[in-house]
Amino acid sequence: MLLLKGGRLLDPASGTDAARDILLEDDRIAAIESPDTLNGRAAGAQVIDACGLMVAPGFIDLHCHLREPGGESSETIETGTLAAVRGGFTAVCPMPNTRPVNDNASVTRSILERAQAVAHTRVWPIGAASIGSRGEALAEIAAMQKAGAVAVSDDGKPVATSKLLRQVMDYCCALDLPVIDHCEDVSLAAGASMREGPSSVRLGLRGMPAAAESICVARDVQIAGLTGCRYHVAHLSTRASLELVRGAKRDGLRVSCEVTPHHFTMIDEEVGYDTNRKMNPPLGSREDLEALIAGLADGTVDAIATDHAPHERSTKEVEFDRAPFGITGFETAFSLALELVHSGKLKLLRVVELFTTGPARVLGMRRTLAPGEPADLTLFSTTHEWKYLVADSASKSRNSPFDGRSFRGAPMMTIVAGRLAYRR
Amino acid sequence: MHERFNDLLSIEPLQAAEIAFLLDQSVPFLEIQRHPLKKLATLRGKTVGLAFFESSTRTRISFTTAASRLGADVMQLQAESSSLKKGESLLDTVRTLDAMKPDCIVMRHASSGAPEFVASRLDIPVINAGDGAHEHPTQGLLDALTIRERLGRLEGWNVTIIGDILHSRVARSNIHLLTKFGCRITLCGPAMWLPRELENLAGERASIRRVANVEEALSGADIVMVLRVQQERLHEPALSLDDYILLYQLTPERLRLARPEALVLHPGPMIRGLEIDPVVADGSQSCVLEQVTNGLAVRMAILFELIGRGPDANPEKDSSHVAS
Repeated sequence: MLLLKGGRLLDPASGTDAARDILLEDDRIAAIESPDTLNGRAAGAQVIDACGLMVAPGFIDLHCHLREPGGESSETIETGTLAAVRGGFTAVCPMPNTRPVNDNASVTRSILERAQAVAHTRVWPIGAASIGSRGEALAEIAAMQKAGAVAVSDDGKPVATSKLLRQVMDYCCALDLPVIDHCEDVSLAAGASMREGPSSVRLGLRGMPAAAESICVARDVQIAGLTGCRYHVAHLSTRASLELVRGAKRDGLRVSCEVTPHHFTMIDEEVGYDTNRKMNPPLGSREDLEALIAGLADGTVDAIATDHAPHERSTKEVEFDRAPFGITGFETAFSLALELVHSGKLKLLRVVELFTTGPARVLGMRRTLAPGEPADLTLFSTTHEWKYLVADSASKSRNSPFDGRSFRGAPMMTIVAGRLAYRR
Repeated sequence: MHERFNDLLSIEPLQAAEIAFLLDQSVPFLEIQRHPLKKLATLRGKTVGLAFFESSTRTRISFTTAASRLGADVMQLQAESSSLKKGESLLDTVRTLDAMKPDCIVMRHASSGAPEFVASRLDIPVINAGDGAHEHPTQGLLDALTIRERLGRLEGWNVTIIGDILHSRVARSNIHLLTKFGCRITLCGPAMWLPRELENLAGERASIRRVANVEEALSGADIVMVLRVQQERLHEPALSLDDYILLYQLTPERLRLARPEALVLHPGPMIRGLEIDPVVADGSQSCVLEQVTNGLAVRMAILFELIGRGPDANPEKDSSHVAS
């Protein structure tokens, strides 16, 4: 048994924001009561002092790359989830673009078996929508769902054709599985290494226009309307895309979206030739950033997702246009979101929602703190001052643009299935 | 008085006074080109490493000649036929070159930002001889020297640049340089090579406008810069060569719309009959061959500034373009 004493419970699902002690028994929450009323029942429990800390449901990351199988030189399930648990995450959803691609149940099972053995968080794999994510034929989606896949996506690229997307959505609608799409008009984006705009022109780099994303979102939203499927926009990065999601929600479609911390923190002017600021979708304009923050605040955005994309150093230490897309993100995501609380742009409970009930809802799950619920909790501070040093990262890779950044507030303890998996 | 130069990566961060200083320093080297004996001993014992990762004849010969006229030895990396083909990374290649202890590296690369990437990782000065679609600072300087030699000053001219502005490193360096001296820039070319963001390339105070019509763009110009049509670009947004000639070729008739005696500059290599009419190329207003000679002087001055000012000349180098 674990007794969390003295913390302030923040549960977006119930709207609770109050001092509570929480008793965990095995992998479940046993009781939640007012301070100091659980002492009799908790006799013999290990007591964790949560004074000064917020106690939230465990964070869920809808979008990451653990690189295993096939990319173990940049990350493994073990190192990736260790970085995740340090970032407060109790569950992460690895995208299927591994080698081999997670497009069949045996790969899904092998990821889950490996996770069972070494992972520090729960691992909820996302299966490929098409075989090899090649955009030609449907993957064995039902078999992957049965094996444990929580959604499908051809992430790294969009589902290739409208016709295939319609098939995937029809099929997944029947399976009640969300379809996640990386939205990009690949002909408009071909060869680009950043957002098209004043900075790409100044740097002489090929840019992709913002419309490359929203054109694809528009297609997807219409097909979602056609099929009634649950559709989720991965790493949404432009004002126009956000407007499309806002409109779709207004129309009652089952459409959701996620935003990454880097897209609400940095803009294209900051890219320079720093390959740790190269990701896809690329950093956008200030107007986009402000729209995304407004969307985070008003509920249009459902989740903050990291798109944690580790790359070993040598692959990023190259010419900008030859560098791969992506940055690491587990360890900085929540502290970056807290910056929006400190600046008064987001309420704390809303940020917690974006890391917990929001992403859970996208996956059709419940996420709340109540007796009988899984004992997945994140305890965080909003005042702890610390500096992120990428050299100390738990990830195997070092490609973070936030090296050396000072933060106020951080995940302090992460409890996964009733076990204290991380303590800062 | 002037700032000490550690690298020459781009024109954009330089101040007008620094540019003027480099041009002043180039003038004596220009005199030397007219001497029967052109070889100096200024850089005797120094080694200039040339790393051209993209094919170039003119710029490479110009730097090689500039170095040898200063008495320096030249180390040539034949990048196209060497390690890169074998899959070696840029960083490993330049570190290998660096280990042979040149005093500076002159590099050209197809990727924008590659010289900056290298400069931030090596201790010796790096000179950008053209990076992707970013900058070609020595071209900007030699064009400025050409204008100053011909017209007596650099300030306040109307400059029209015609061609593929979006992909041109020559255009970027020239726009940055000339706007620092109050020149008004008119850009002209096919619309897909002329994005509106170019108007803000050099800050709010710079006067940069885009004009679609070549006759209008040329009207009142003191200086006309014609860019090479990169034929490989034509296939990309499928543009007709005939259309380009029809709409943008600098012909004698069109040149007459500019101010009398307006200068015509071209960075070379020039394709007669495509972007420029042979009559204009060979006419009295053309500065094409002076540009080549001036290029030698500018490159000698830059090599001298970077590696010729004695052992304490480059005490510490940081990653910025110019140390304070």
